[in-house]
Amino acid sequence: MNSLGKSLCRFWHSSIGKKIVVALTGAMLILFLLGHVVGNLLVFAGREAMNDYAEFLLHMMHGTGIWVARIGLLVALVLHIVATVSLVRQNRAARDVDYSCKETVQASKSSRIMIWSGLTVLAFVIFHILHFTVRVDSGLANLHDPANPDRHDTFGMVVAGFQNPLVVLFYIVGISLLCSHLSHGIASVFQTLGWRSKKVAGPEKKLGWAIAILLWLGFLSIPVATMMGCLGDPPKIHAAVEEPAKAE
Amino acid sequence: MSSNGSLDSAIPPGPLAEKWTNYQAKAKLINPANKRKFNIIVIGSGLAGGSAAATLSELGYNVKCFCYQDSPRRAHSIAAQGGINAAKNYQNDGDSVWRLFYDTIKGGDFRSREANVHRLAEVSTNIIDQCVAQGVPFAREYGGLLANRSFGGAQVSRTFYAAGQTGQQLLIGCYQALEKEIKKGGVTMYPRTEMLDLVKVDGHAKGIVVRDLTTGEVSSHAADCVIMATGGYGNVFYLSTNAMGCNVMAAFRAHKRGAYFANPCYTQIHPTCIPVSGDYQSKLTLMSESLRNDGRIWVPKSKETAAKIREGKLSGNDVPDEERDYYLERKYPSFGNLAPRDISSRSAKEACDEGRGVASTGLGVFLDFRDAIARLGEDTIRSRYGNLFQMYEKISGDNPYKSPMMIYPAVHYTMGGLWVDYNLQSNLKGLHVLGEANFSDHGANRLGASALMQGLADGYFVIPSTLPSYLAEVTPGSVTTDAPEFAQAEAEVNERIEKLMSINGTRTVDSFHRELGLLVWDKCGMARSEEGLKEALEKIPAIREAFWSDVRIPGKADGLNMELEKAGRVADFIDFAELMCHDALDRAESCGGHFRVEHQFTPEDEAVQSGFTNDGEAKRHDDDFCYVAAWGYKGPGEKPDLHKEELDFESVELSVRSYK
Amino acid sequence: MNLTLKVWRQESPNDKGNIETYEAKDIPAEASFLEMLDIVNEEIIVAGGDPIHFDHDCREGICGACSLTINGVPHSKENGITTCQVHMRKFRDGDTIWIEPFRARAFPIVKDLVTDRASFDRIIASGGYISVRTGSAVDANSLPVNFEDASESFNAAACIGCGACVAACKNASAMLFVGAKAAHLNLLPQGEPEKDKRVLGMVRQMDAEGFGNCTNQYECEAVCPKEISTDVIAKLNRDYATAATREAVE
Repeated sequence: MNSLGKSLCRFWHSSIGKKIVVALTGAMLILFLLGHVVGNLLVFAGREAMNDYAEFLLHMMHGTGIWVARIGLLVALVLHIVATVSLVRQNRAARDVDYSCKETVQASKSSRIMIWSGLTVLAFVIFHILHFTVRVDSGLANLHDPANPDRHDTFGMVVAGFQNPLVVLFYIVGISLLCSHLSHGIASVFQTLGWRSKKVAGPEKKLGWAIAILLWLGFLSIPVATMMGCLGDPPKIHAAVEEPAKAE
Repeated sequence: MSSNGSLDSAIPPGPLAEKWTNYQAKAKLINPANKRKFNIIVIGSGLAGGSAAATLSELGYNVKCFCYQDSPRRAHSIAAQGGINAAKNYQNDGDSVWRLFYDTIKGGDFRSREANVHRLAEVSTNIIDQCVAQGVPFAREYGGLLANRSFGGAQVSRTFYAAGQTGQQLLIGCYQALEKEIKKGGVTMYPRTEMLDLVKVDGHAKGIVVRDLTTGEVSSHAADCVIMATGGYGNVFYLSTNAMGCNVMAAFRAHKRGAYFANPCYTQIHPTCIPVSGDYQSKLTLMSESLRNDGRIWVPKSKETAAKIREGKLSGNDVPDEERDYYLERKYPSFGNLAPRDISSRSAKEACDEGRGVASTGLGVFLDFRDAIARLGEDTIRSRYGNLFQMYEKISGDNPYKSPMMIYPAVHYTMGGLWVDYNLQSNLKGLHVLGEANFSDHGANRLGASALMQGLADGYFVIPSTLPSYLAEVTPGSVTTDAPEFAQAEAEVNERIEKLMSINGTRTVDSFHRELGLLVWDKCGMARSEEGLKEALEKIPAIREAFWSDVRIPGKADGLNMELEKAGRVADFIDFAELMCHDALDRAESCGGHFRVEHQFTPEDEAVQSGFTNDGEAKRHDDDFCYVAAWGYKGPGEKPDLHKEELDFESVELSVRSYK
Repeated sequence: MNLTLKVWRQESPNDKGNIETYEAKDIPAEASFLEMLDIVNEEIIVAGGDPIHFDHDCREGICGACSLTINGVPHSKENGITTCQVHMRKFRDGDTIWIEPFRARAFPIVKDLVTDRASFDRIIASGGYISVRTGSAVDANSLPVNFEDASESFNAAACIGCGACVAACKNASAMLFVGAKAAHLNLLPQGEPEKDKRVLGMVRQMDAEGFGNCTNQYECEAVCPKEISTDVIAKLNRDYATAATREAVE
């Protein structure tokens, strides 16, 4: 055990080890996002489908499922961030004097702003959790499904939540940066985990872009559709606190 | 000319093919527990030095290895392109140790030592085994076995290769073995360190004085013996295919301390280099001789057509076949474009001297792949020579897949070097010389793909077996840097540096080097004459005098100062050029890389009339010159002292070298 | 042609260093980049100055000594060449050219454009070899290597250790260099027995030398004079993960 602990420690302290942690946690978060977007798109199937889905998530495995998922994702996210921040610090230190004239040959723009897109996405995720999960806005928290008043009206919350153009704008920026992050991140997972070789070179980059674009379309279709009125009028907010802008 | 009798080459007795086996069976050994008490200095980290340092450390000796480059991986062995010979007979085309031996002796124009050459051919097969085991990625066939190609001067395919990077791959293999030993502690590596003098104690080579090129610090290192593997002196010509840093300093310092310098006039001019384009040029680029496997060499039959090509009015592709002179195929039908290097080079010079050269300077011939591309397809040619074609295009700006390459001979390798006996020991006891730095195996001309073979043979297989015969006679650690000889040598080195720094003249080091190079290329290059050599011997002292009174070395001596480094090397090149011209003048015959215009076959000669050889070919005088000329240093500007080692050919018959 | 050069000058390792401007006059288009610097240096020397120091040796693209960052790109923007293979015909009269060393903390500057790349040697010494005692090898053809593996191994072995990959990487990572050596040896049956030890040793040394980490941007591959593919990095990651796992289990 002691030697296993030592090995894990060495792994974490090695450059490649840390990168493998980033790749594995990144892959987990990508899988989550794929599930998340599919679930969210149920909003277009109507209030009942959406609210059924939300209820399912809350009650799967007698209510423990969601906590397992939440804790898993939180651990992945924290590891992803701690490892990348530490790698970035090492990377900055690896060149003490900078070039006076530096040109990039083939690195993509997305790949060069990973830490910034990542940190912005982190801010966005915190906002998003406060907005729709914790529901700091009591108006959004107290919505009830008209057909089944015992359960929360998730559909109504989404429609109400996207009434403020500033909120929608922040979602567009956040999701766009997330997808920029993924366009490089997904291909990088393949590279870092060593799943790339001459025989399968090329597709992983395209796959990265394809997933990024699909997620972008999927996630942003909801606020945009809401803004355009495709999902109907927002429900009446009981506790008239119509200031979602304060969350920003 | 004075002669002190024949030198003792310490050739073991017995039949030629058994000498090496018998030698090894009876050679002295050093007890494993005693090996670590011996300190060995190795200067140079190329194929010969690197492999020697790694192997000796593996055996248990304490090794200190020095190189002027920033890493041992950058030694100039890395630039060898074409391949390495070995008598493996994997192609079943009739090769054998004897045939490799004979080809090498004949290729060297019967001016090499039989016993050494036979040993070289014998260990050639072990080299390939060793390198493959180290992970050298030689070219392979689809079945997974090793591939071979043919090379100049041979009618069998015995050359192992790794695309056009054979030297690189072999050197990296050797460098990796060296790094392994460095980590283990058996070798202490001193990169960016230059040997500035050899230290002799009681007549034996026991140490060196070096300068740390980064800090400028001069220091001494003592050892039980000194091994020099410092390469050739091709840069005496200024323009050559050698790396910019290649120099004769270490060898010449040893020469000044008493080591004989053998056959300095044997210089190899490689036939396939990219022609010179202007006087700013700093070096010449070689295109591997392997190109001659598929490329055909030609010049136009008429001077008029050649003139039009030079003026850019006509391109090589426009010249129809009947107006082309594939001169090597015409003159040497059985070897054709694969005639040995000296012969190919001289033929190119002749064609250009006749006014049929094609480069803008008039000094260039075509190397044409049109027929090979038509026969094999562009892809096959690309797979064989892709990187060479790319290199050519980068330098010349022309695409060799579309139009013929232009090539011209350039100085490439030097067969001469410090004299060594069968043990690779110089006449100066304790000093051993390996690789291109010695003179022993290639005679007057080296065959392609044999330099890598010799370097690795010397380092991996010969010196580990022959060194104990010297070491067994000495007490390990008996000499330290406390010996007064070290302080004396260090003082002389410092004095020389101070002198160079204090001249503060008006001309750059390069300007002297260029002047010297032009002179020796002109008078002691591809063709030499008594008159020209005498003229050179008159002019060199003037260059020396101008150098020592007017060279300008900027900066300080106590840090990195590349001008100071160059100055030390050029100063020795000047003295060395004199030695080379003396040797060339003394050898009144033509053989291999040494062509004296007074000594060539004429239409009156019987060999020409019988059709055995051609008018204009090199003519040896075996009765008078079948010896190694080993020169002893007599003082600055003095004519060196000649010592002869008579060459006895017991197993081969001396004959006119014919490749017809 | 006439050019303006912006050159990094630094007296010694501890000196701060700065960019200085030089005029290069009457440079022939056929000259190589380093010959252009030779011409400039001759003028500097004659005028009483200290010439620009730069590493160079073979001048035919194989020794790996030359190491200039030209206009922000190691070995210049042209693909698949070293600094010494850059020719002046690629520049235009009146151009301004920035010339800097290969910058990385693991490549400390010795003087001007000359850097100390001994960290690469130490990485090789930490596992970049196959242990075989001289004279103990079996016959070369007793170990056939399939053609694809041999070719891939050869492609990786083409590395000349110049350090352009490190210089181009925004993180000064040496992953292409280490990956190339690991791929060269790990792909061969001869290299199999020491595979794990090799990869762990080299990666640990690489980290200890202070190189950065790969963030998969592939600038290294773009400037590599031997055009070594970043596939070798993927393979290194894989081999490292396997080796580290095996080490943990044992």
